[in-house]
Amino acid sequence: MSESNGQSNNPNTDNKYLDMDLLRFTTAGSVDDGKSTLIGRLFYDSKSIFEDQMEAIEKSSKSSGEENVNLALLTDGLKAEREQKITIDVAYRYFATPKRKFIIADTPGHTQYTRNMVTGASTADLAIILVDASKGLLTQSRRHAFISSLLRIPHLVVAVNKMDLVGYDEKVFNEIVGEFRSFAKKLNVSDITYIPISALKGDNVVEKSDNTDWYNGSTLLHHLETVKVDASDNIVDFRFPVQYVIRPNQNFRGFSGRVASGHVRPGDEVTVLPSGLSSKVKRIVTRDEDLDIAYPGDSITLTIEDEIDTSRGDMIVRKNNVPAVSNEFEAYICWMNEKDMELNKQYVLQHTTRTVQVFMEDLLYRMNVDSLTREDATKLGLNEIGRVKLKTSQPIFYDPYQVNQKTGSFIIIDPATNVTIGAGMIRAGSTESKSSKDTSEAGIKDKKTRQKSPNVVWEPWNIPRELREKRNGHKAQLLWFTGISGAGKSTIAKELERKLWEEGKQTVLLDGDQVRHGLNGDLGFSPADRTENIRRVGEVARLFFEHGNIVLCTFVSPYTEDREAAKQLFPEGDFKEIHITCDPKTAQERDPKGLYKKAQEGEITGLTGYDADYEVSEDPALTIDTDSISVDEAVEEILKLIQE
Amino acid sequence: MSEKRSHSHLKELEDEGIYVMREVAAQFERPVLLFSGGKDSIVMFHLALKAFHPGKVPFPLMHIDTGHNFPETIEFRDKLVEKYGVELIVGSVQKSIDEGKVEEETGPDASRNALQTTTLLDTLKEYQVDAALGGGRRDEEKARAKERFFSHRDVFGQWDPKNQRPELWNLFNGRKNPGENFRVFPLSNWTEMDVWQYIAQEDIDIPELYFAHERKVFNRRGVWLADTDYVNRMEEEELETKTVRFRTIGDATCTGAVLSDASNMEEIIQEVASARQTERGNRHDDKRSETAMEDRKRQGYF
Repeated sequence: MSESNGQSNNPNTDNKYLDMDLLRFTTAGSVDDGKSTLIGRLFYDSKSIFEDQMEAIEKSSKSSGEENVNLALLTDGLKAEREQKITIDVAYRYFATPKRKFIIADTPGHTQYTRNMVTGASTADLAIILVDASKGLLTQSRRHAFISSLLRIPHLVVAVNKMDLVGYDEKVFNEIVGEFRSFAKKLNVSDITYIPISALKGDNVVEKSDNTDWYNGSTLLHHLETVKVDASDNIVDFRFPVQYVIRPNQNFRGFSGRVASGHVRPGDEVTVLPSGLSSKVKRIVTRDEDLDIAYPGDSITLTIEDEIDTSRGDMIVRKNNVPAVSNEFEAYICWMNEKDMELNKQYVLQHTTRTVQVFMEDLLYRMNVDSLTREDATKLGLNEIGRVKLKTSQPIFYDPYQVNQKTGSFIIIDPATNVTIGAGMIRAGSTESKSSKDTSEAGIKDKKTRQKSPNVVWEPWNIPRELREKRNGHKAQLLWFTGISGAGKSTIAKELERKLWEEGKQTVLLDGDQVRHGLNGDLGFSPADRTENIRRVGEVARLFFEHGNIVLCTFVSPYTEDREAAKQLFPEGDFKEIHITCDPKTAQERDPKGLYKKAQEGEITGLTGYDADYEVSEDPALTIDTDSISVDEAVEEILKLIQE
Repeated sequence: MSEKRSHSHLKELEDEGIYVMREVAAQFERPVLLFSGGKDSIVMFHLALKAFHPGKVPFPLMHIDTGHNFPETIEFRDKLVEKYGVELIVGSVQKSIDEGKVEEETGPDASRNALQTTTLLDTLKEYQVDAALGGGRRDEEKARAKERFFSHRDVFGQWDPKNQRPELWNLFNGRKNPGENFRVFPLSNWTEMDVWQYIAQEDIDIPELYFAHERKVFNRRGVWLADTDYVNRMEEEELETKTVRFRTIGDATCTGAVLSDASNMEEIIQEVASARQTERGNRHDDKRSETAMEDRKRQGYF
């Protein structure tokens, strides 16, 4: 949620509310990248280590034969951690400066503890990803950046550590920054800051370093003190999971909970899920005083005007802004248990204040978090992340995680052991075909959530299509040309349009490359982005169609499901899918846009017809094999089709 | 809009604490609030009042009384119980000793602190407690830094730091098998400074021991211990009258006083802000070994 978004919808936001002075951050990096040393350094240089702690560390460093005081000992507190000199478990640390208070989730870097990284990241506003300057960008840094992106941590800091080992060389720093930047393009993180540091020597951690005069940015601490943290709260969509019912006597019945998102005022019209019954908020009760507005994070008690049966696990929402209510959805799941995730086995799902039974119906794919590619898989093992279809015994009330972390997250519990074995992030509503593979963006960039616009009322067309068709002297048509690149879609469509034009028909030709330069310039080629590309094109085509045109659309549109979705926008029979096909070899020889050449040279991946699949429809209106018929013959066939 | 929003980190910590308390009330059948009469448990009770207003706090207080408490603490405890009409359960270490369940330590450093664990576990069992709310904070000690909000204990009341449930977002999993229980720490994310600032902001009553006063004390290895019947003072340890206050209040045998003139909240906060020693720096029980707290917690300590 962008800040301006929240502001415009809520003009009365108290400025003090935005004046947050608590930052929760997490640290990540490979083993020996120096996480614990960095935290020790932050504490030491900001004078947050107490004398008795320092004495204890000094004593401990000495007794284990170390030359210098080991600042890492400040954070590694468990016996086993000290024995092995590694961090095993998430630990939480606290320090404060005059500007802000900090809670650090100190997470282990070892591969086998990915679940702890997820645990620490789940509550973080910011993640520091440490990169060892002397080693360059390693897999583990990418992995942690990916997890941070998946968990929607709004701010990343790439701290290029151990700059002292590379002579504080600007070039080394710039190379790592460049490499990370190009990698981060695949991720959904908008704010990334790069800082060259040496945790060991203290360069640019708290004090600005003289060794990096080429660096003009903030020190790490200054950045932590000043980064804006208020933007991640969703203050638009009111969601209030009922946690506990307070009923001291006949005259008071209050619903207690913490506002998950949005805001609420007395007098607001609300609906209680799952009953769907509506009423008005009477009071916002706290022990100090009644509030006239409550914001995300506020622990409050609501009373409502009418007696509606409401209990723990229910959700109070604004009447005209309700979340999805369903017992089937898709989610990314990080598996956290030694026992594999099994399909169709009964687990327990805990979501907001609601606990239900759940089955994993399907594992769509497993994410290879090292290469950021999708893999076919039948199970998820410890520390693995995958996309899963779930079915619950009762509906839950959710929003996609990317819109609302509080109502988009859940945990999976093993009913046999009661242990938390999985963490889930709910995806945006639409489903995606299992066969769609796309390695170019690793599917990380999710489809932009289709925000429902509940207050929009459909306005009938000013001049109905029938009238326009009458004046044009022909029917409106929708011709959807689909097929791999080089099959001949554009060539045939262009020739056809020229013919129709000559006959005096109203036509529009929508071409993939054209819309991607403008309307869809923000979309990539991941399956999710391709789906969105086709969705928008479908909507635009519909506008032209309703205005009486013969609309010709030429899009690779590799997924059946997407084409079906577009088809649904048109009256039955008016959407005609024309599959243009040829031998893949022919397409590669034609290579009109040079894409196959690029793919062969490894410049691009995920090219449909080369290393990504095209899904053939079962029943297209027409199939044209351009290996066997000419452009003119093809045009004739299509003309015959539309004159039927 | 309440003035409190200007201290937004305290507001957030308060909201989080209330949320955790309500989760406990909702997820468990027989929770208790462990109450020592110290500032953390007083803040906890204050949060509980807020969490369930205008209803009553839906669980009793439980005090594990070593029998070596400062009289001021007990007096404060009893007044609070009377004022708010809450139920109080007392587990007595003396009783455990009398029943032969534990043996009193001997020697100059003898303390009943370790013995508390047995009494605590027995009392939890006696009342079939399935969740015990504690005032433990992660900033207190390195082993506490690893604690979860909802900390699972096995049927023996033991903590296994290597086998803790991951805690994600604000989803707390309180499911357990019969006989097992949870320790729950709503103040996990608070620091000593937060507690003091909150007490000042909310104008919460605390025992007089926290404010500077004159007291007979003696110095043992750098720690000022109060002269009481419970501490075996060695001959060479001379009694002196000093102006002191306590930063933490526990068993009189192991809680050291600090030399201080801080006689009101403002001065205390000033003092805490400039402190060069941790709060537990003068707790004898932590100095026994490097992992004293971890070891005690593994056995079922607070």
